[in-house]
Formats: sequence, structure tokens, C-alpha cells
Amino acid sequence: MSDYTSSYPEYMQDSIRKVADKRASNLSSHGINAMTAEERQSILERFHPDWKPNMKRPIAIGPSKGMMVPNEVADIIEAHPVIKPSDIDLNHVDYDVDILIIGAGGAGLSAALLAQENGISVDQILMVQKLRLGDANSKMSQGGIQAADSPVDSPSIHYLDVIGGGHYANKPDLAEALVKDAPDVIRWHEELGVMYDKNPDGSMLEIAGGGTSRRRMHSCKDYTGLEITRVLVDEFINRGISNIEFTSAVDFIMDDKHQVAGAVLFDMETEEYHVAKAKSTVLATGGFGRLHIQGFATTNHYGATGDGIVMAYRTGAVLRDLDSTQYHPTGAAYPEQIVGQLATEKLRGRGALPVNKYGDLFVYHLEPRDIESSSYIRECYERNNGIVTPTGMRAVWLDTPMIEIVTGPGTIEREFAAMFRNFKKFGIDIRKEPILVFPTLHYQNGGVEINPNTETNIPGLFCAGEVCGGVHGKNRLMGNSQLDLYVFGRRAGKNAAERAKKVSVGKLTLAHLNRYERWLAEAGIKTDRKSPILLPEYRGKKTLEHKLNIL
Amino acid sequence: MSDSNHMVTIYMMGKKQRVPADLTIMKAMEYAGHQFRRGAGCRGGFCGACATVYRKKGSYKLQGALACQKIVEDGMIIAQIPFSPQEKVTYKINDLKAEANTFLEYYPEIARCLACNTCTKACPQDIMVMDYVQAALRGDITQAAKLSFDCLGCGLCAMRCPAEIVPYNIGQLARRLESKYIEGPTEHVLKRCQEVKEGKFDADIEEMKKMDKATLSKKYNTREMKIK
Repeated sequence: MSDYTSSYPEYMQDSIRKVADKRASNLSSHGINAMTAEERQSILERFHPDWKPNMKRPIAIGPSKGMMVPNEVADIIEAHPVIKPSDIDLNHVDYDVDILIIGAGGAGLSAALLAQENGISVDQILMVQKLRLGDANSKMSQGGIQAADSPVDSPSIHYLDVIGGGHYANKPDLAEALVKDAPDVIRWHEELGVMYDKNPDGSMLEIAGGGTSRRRMHSCKDYTGLEITRVLVDEFINRGISNIEFTSAVDFIMDDKHQVAGAVLFDMETEEYHVAKAKSTVLATGGFGRLHIQGFATTNHYGATGDGIVMAYRTGAVLRDLDSTQYHPTGAAYPEQIVGQLATEKLRGRGALPVNKYGDLFVYHLEPRDIESSSYIRECYERNNGIVTPTGMRAVWLDTPMIEIVTGPGTIEREFAAMFRNFKKFGIDIRKEPILVFPTLHYQNGGVEINPNTETNIPGLFCAGEVCGGVHGKNRLMGNSQLDLYVFGRRAGKNAAERAKKVSVGKLTLAHLNRYERWLAEAGIKTDRKSPILLPEYRGKKTLEHKLNIL
Repeated sequence: MSDSNHMVTIYMMGKKQRVPADLTIMKAMEYAGHQFRRGAGCRGGFCGACATVYRKKGSYKLQGALACQKIVEDGMIIAQIPFSPQEKVTYKINDLKAEANTFLEYYPEIARCLACNTCTKACPQDIMVMDYVQAALRGDITQAAKLSFDCLGCGLCAMRCPAEIVPYNIGQLARRLESKYIEGPTEHVLKRCQEVKEGKFDADIEEMKKMDKATLSKKYNTREMKIK
């Protein structure tokens, strides 16, 4: 394509030429060494957004009182419930089921399928979701899913990567469950009909990710989450499991035995409330990217507004590790229309290296995500070696044309169909030119504490997926959240089913919401904030806001 | 974003709005005061929730796009199609056979395909939709699976098909058959599952679970890297 014309502004052209001129030598050099443990700690403390002062505050109320969380998270926790208990008639039960599942991403879908396989009839399982069936961050996962199934790898090596990457803050039992279930998750997917990328000999095509000591990332082009989710949705529909779309839970219902016993549902379209009673409830609502922590743009789905942590907290569930937030190193920084969207880590796994405005390497390309992100921030803001975009964002180059030099022509269209297409729609051919990237808000590392059976400290409440804390410690590695969904989603479905066979529900109550109001009053919190917020607010001029203020 | 002086006029379901020129259709609708309930999903071209049709000024053509992936143009007339009616056939995947007539058995309407290529032209992902429907008709599961792989299920092809076929359901069936029956399970995955079941890694992991942080971190920092 010699007729390709760059769609980058004129003032960037000199830098783009430098990147191209140094491409060959950058590739043939030994590159940058991975950092030592001391260097990593130092760069985190100086440049990671988690360490920036005044961006967090201790939660003022409840069982995890005193835990530091981002201000945006504290805001939705320290807020009034949307409903008043007196407005809801708990004697009028609209849905009476064994298992209620809230959220229809990878974790919720897995829970539903496993609940059915463990003996709960399809009309005794009810899934609700505030958008469409299958709409979730799960579907947006590009790069892949980890599982230690190759001969040179093992679940124990995977375990060490997970724990080290998480800064030793992970709950060991959960990390163990994650790595040991992983090969069976891949087996299960193939049995259901998920098309993973294979080598010509039929073995899994596996690549490296940041912080992995083996190549264990399985992918389906760069539509991994899409492929897995749509298979699970297809299977969910085939089995005839009950489901209500565009219906959100807004708070749990409890009973007089202090168990979670269902939820108050809100029809997003008719704006009516409904009562769902259940013996076991699975919370699988995902994370909080759409809260735009510290003003960061996000890779996340429209529905990622942190609803689950709020609802769980009001029942008295314990939270953990919410002091750390994941910023993905390579969010798109240009053009404006796609700022914050994900440029998959698989690009680096397949050979693209980050370089600064002079075309020089400045960091090992597969550091764990928090380290990699911190180094991009340092390059842009301390060393001043970034490119400034027309809207004032700073960014570094990710030299995507390197990929086909390393792995041969055709690789990008074959393995990166989504990246290629989505950048092309905005005028950039990633085979020919590098892309501008800067860290973007990606993942809620912490959340509701669970045990390996996905139980919380509140009987009847199970959690799975991003809404949980403890699996990934203070930093998740690439491909481990996609894995987490199915590992803990399946466990939730199975354990929720076992519980539903044994327990009975007592008298329904919303007294915990009155208790929550008392906590707020006792802490002197005077606010008109209400939560869960369900949808982010982008109307009018808010569409145009990017108030990122890094240092 | 934006040079907010540079505005264009668009018509949302006929209603005239002035919006900044460089916004996507999705952000333009939000700028104009809409809060999506239906019609917005991942906002990044991965979910197909925001299927939209539009006509451009001076053009007779009805075109399709994802609202999150298309920049507004002056004079554009826009309607969102957040849902397309369709009935997915249900089946037990374990009872299916990867045979040439499986598609026709479950979706006999594919025989009505006129090969007009309207579906392909409607696809915002630039997928060769007609080609995969035709592959299914021939019973070529692998081809139908591969050609349909990038499908988001947005529904635009189904809304335009004069033969009233729902192509994305055909693609979904093709991919599941391809993976489960043609590619089949992966040997080294099954082997590892068996090893986990036998407890082969339990002792190693148990040891690490009990290690103090200093020992564990030494082990982590000196672990062997085999990623080349």
C-alpha cells in the first residue's frame, strides 16, 4: 500500500519518521531489561495513579470502615439507597426462585449453566441484567485467557506469576483455585464450541503477556471475550434458562435469619420495581470503570458502574483490595473518538514495542501492567518524551508495524482483526504506522471478599468475576480476569445450587437499608448522592470532558 | 475534542441537532441530551448493541454502522435499530452432527438466499456475510465459521435480507460445530486437566501458599522466564 497517506497531523510526522528509522535497530537490539524489584517499587510509588496523594479516602461506614478507596468509589458507597424500604411491598413477590443471578457477563452466564447442570431446573434460575444478555466487559476482552496447559508450563508456575504480579496481596486459596481450574475452563469452552486459535499441529497457540513467565495466553484472534461470551449466551438460550433483560437489581433483600434472600429489581424501561425472592443469590455485576477514577478515560463497558460493591456492602459484606486500581498501559490516545479504548496487550505479546517521541525504547515491553503503565507516565510527564495530541493528552508510540517484521506479513489482519478494523475506521493502518497510547482505566482489582466456594461473609450471597476482591491481589495480570470469570462463575453456580437445595428463606426484610441510613447519619455524612448509579452520565457537555490531571 | 466551533447539523430520527463535527454518532446523541438505555453497550466496537442506519445528504443509499464507530457528517439522517426480531433455533450441542445438512435442518430458510449480497453491504464489520451463508448452504462448516468469525451480532444484515434470513444465527452454529466437532478437543489441555485432577501440582502450590513473603518474593524474582 504505497499510496497510504498518514492520517496523523503534520507536526507528528517527524517523530513518526524517527520511529520508522529506528525500527530495525530497536528490534535487533537486546531491548530494555526487565526492572529489578527495587526499581519496580520505586516507579510505582513515584508514578502509579494509586500512589498519587488525595485521590483516595477511608470508607467512613460499614464493615470495611477505614479502608482506603478511590474518592469516586467512596462517593457511591457513602450514598443513600435508591429505594426506601417503605415503598417496596415485600409481601408481593414477583419472582420466587431457587437462584437469582445478577449480571449476564462471563461470570453470570457460567453460574447459570453450572446451576442448571447441578440440578436446578431452568425456571428456578433467574438471571437479570440491566442491559442485554451478554453485555459486559467480558465481551470486550481482546488478548486472551491464561491457562497453564502447555508441557513447559504448570499451574504452580502460573500461581507464582499471579502472586508476584499481585504484590503478594492475593488471597492464596483464590489464586490456587484460579490456576488449578484454568485448564478445565479451556476444556469446557472447547466442549461447548469456543474456537481458540491453534497451531498447525492442533495444539493451542499461546503467547506471553506482561508478567507471565511462560507463554500461556490463549486467544480467539483479538475477539477472545466476544467469542467465549457469544457461545455461552447461545448455550444459555438453548437450555431455556429464565432471563430478564434491561432489568437491574438496585438492592438486596434479606430475611430475618440475616441471609441474602433475593433483590429488588428495577425495570430500566418501565421504571417499575419488582421483588425477586431467592434461596441463593449470585452477584456478578462486574467492575467500576465507568466511574472514571481520577478522570481517566476507560476501556470499560457502558454498564460498569460499580453497582455490585454498593449493594453487597449494604448487606454487611466485607470488601478488600479496592485501594488498588488497574490502569492498562496501552489505551488509545489518538484519535479523539477512541481515546481510552483498549489496544490489546497481545500487540506487545506479538512483538510491538513501546517507544518515545524520538523512537527510542524506554521500558521492557512485558512488565506487569502497573509497572508498564507507570513507565509510560514517567516517559510523558517526567522525562517529557511523549507526543502531545491535538487535545492535549500526552502519549507514547506503540510500534505496531514491528509485529509483521517479527511474525510475517498477514499476522495483523489474521490475529488482530479487531484492532486493525477499529483503527482503520478512524484512518490509521496499524500495519503501516505506530499508534499513540497512554494508560487507561481498566480493571477493579479489589471488591467483595469471597472464599474459594465464592461465598461471602453473608449467607446466601455468592460473588464471581470482577466484583470480587482477593483473586488478583493489588494488580491483575493479562488474561487472568477472563479466566477468573469462568473459574469463579462456575464455582458460584455449583455452590449456589447446593445451597438452594438445603436452605429455606425466612421473612423478607429491607431493614439493612434502614441500618445503612443510620450508619450514614452516625458518620455525619450529609449528601444527596444515591446509588447504585446504574448508568454513567454523559449528557450534553459531559460528552466532551476529559479532565485528566496526572501530576 | 474538539474545536467546538466546528459544528454540523444532523437529524436524529428526523429531529435537527447541531453537534460538534468530530463526534461519533453515539457521543453526538449524548451531546444532544440522550442517555442510552438500549442502543449502547461496549462503546468500542465489540458488542453490536448500537446498530444504526443512516442516509447521507444527497445520497439515496441507506447505510449501516455501529454508532460508537462512525463519525457524524453534516446532513446525516440517523435512526438507531437497537433490536432486531429473530427466533434463534434451540438445539442440544452434544446431539448435533457436523454434517453438510445440519444448517438446512435447523435453518431451512437459508435455501431462500438470493445471493444478492445485501447482507454483506449492510455489515459494519465488512464481513462477507453472503459468502458465509452460501458456505453454510453448501455444508462447508469450516468456511462458514471462519468467514463469520468477526460477527458482533448487531442484526443489520438480518434487517436488510430480502429472504428474511438471520445470518448471525447461522454463523454462531457454524463456529460451535467447527470448534467442537471438526477441530475437536486439544490433547495437551485434556492431559493437563487429568494431571490437575490427580493432584500433581498440589504439593508445589501448597508449599508456596505457606511461604513467608520474603521467601516467596525471592522465588518470584528469580523465576525462570521461558517466553521466547
